[in-house]
Amino acid sequence: MPERSDDVRPASDPRSADGSTPVSTSGADGDTGRPRDGNQARRSGARKTALNRTVVAALCALLGFAVVLQVQRTASGDNLETARPDDLVQILDGLQRREDDLNAEIEDLQATLARLERSGASSAEALAEAQRQAEALGVLTGTVPAGGPGVTITITDPESRIPPEVMLDALQELRNAGAEAFQVGDVRIGVNSAFTFSSGAITLDRVPLTPPYTITAIGDPPTLAAALAIPGGVFDNVRRSGGTMDVAQSDKLVIDALREPQPPQYARPAP
Amino acid sequence: MYALLALAAGVVIGLLVHPTVPEWLGPYLPIAVVAALDAVFGGLRARLDNIFDAKVFVVSFIANVLVAAFIVFLGDQLGVGAQLSTAVVVVLGIRIFGNAAAIRRHIFKA
Repeated sequence: MPERSDDVRPASDPRSADGSTPVSTSGADGDTGRPRDGNQARRSGARKTALNRTVVAALCALLGFAVVLQVQRTASGDNLETARPDDLVQILDGLQRREDDLNAEIEDLQATLARLERSGASSAEALAEAQRQAEALGVLTGTVPAGGPGVTITITDPESRIPPEVMLDALQELRNAGAEAFQVGDVRIGVNSAFTFSSGAITLDRVPLTPPYTITAIGDPPTLAAALAIPGGVFDNVRRSGGTMDVAQSDKLVIDALREPQPPQYARPAP
Repeated sequence: MYALLALAAGVVIGLLVHPTVPEWLGPYLPIAVVAALDAVFGGLRARLDNIFDAKVFVVSFIANVLVAAFIVFLGDQLGVGAQLSTAVVVVLGIRIFGNAAAIRRHIFKA
């Protein structure tokens, strides 16, 4: 390396240029263009100057051309073709490491995705379960309409002798037989319903009932009908009180009377 | 001045022609460009010192380019191409800086 520097120094180093080349032949003449040795020398010097300038210009143009060429080559980024094997190996190594990193990241993200999907599915399940419970409780407490097979009971009371106990018995008997939703007259039976007797009429949840009383119950129709007809049961009681009872079984009944949901005033969930 | 014009002309031609670099020239072109730059800076400095010699310039230009390319070629053959390229660029860069400093002293007197 140092040898090379020495060799090419004349171009750049003034002392070397001074020492190695005679100033009179071309250097000063070529640059200044000032002849000192007469006509012939001037013409030959001028020709030489033109030639020198042409060559220098050509080399400079070549340099500019090469610079642009290299810049474009670098900018295009497509220099893998001309890269050295060592560099290619390094690039390949880097790419493989990056690929490994990205694959690990993909696995992580897929695991996260699976976990989120699982939790999403389970929360959807929980929501559906809560929905089912809300519906069941709504039917039980009478806050939503209910429909299904069941019986419609009509009790006449021409002598006004049927006590509220008969209605209560009828309801209990139906409940015992598996009935799930009730409506008496226009009143939906809820968990806090009560039959009372005041001023000569049966009242249900402070609503006076007038004969004929109709009870709509949803459950298995034959079972409900049989439960009402057992000896010494509701049917007998009604007949003893001078009334009649008619039971109509149906595959499709709708109970659409609703109760207002009442938040408990005293009771609180105990831990 | 004409040298600068020629340089600009070369740049313009390069931009217009969009040439493709032959494959065998690929590794040597950058080093050759740096070597030629070194020669041009040396020539510019000599010009400012009023000792410019076209013959010396031409010879040093061509020799610079060839030697630089040869060193890279040799480095590639020996398996130390990248390192040797770096070495050449460093040395040429130092020389370019030195010449640039001399040129600066000439122009700005500082």
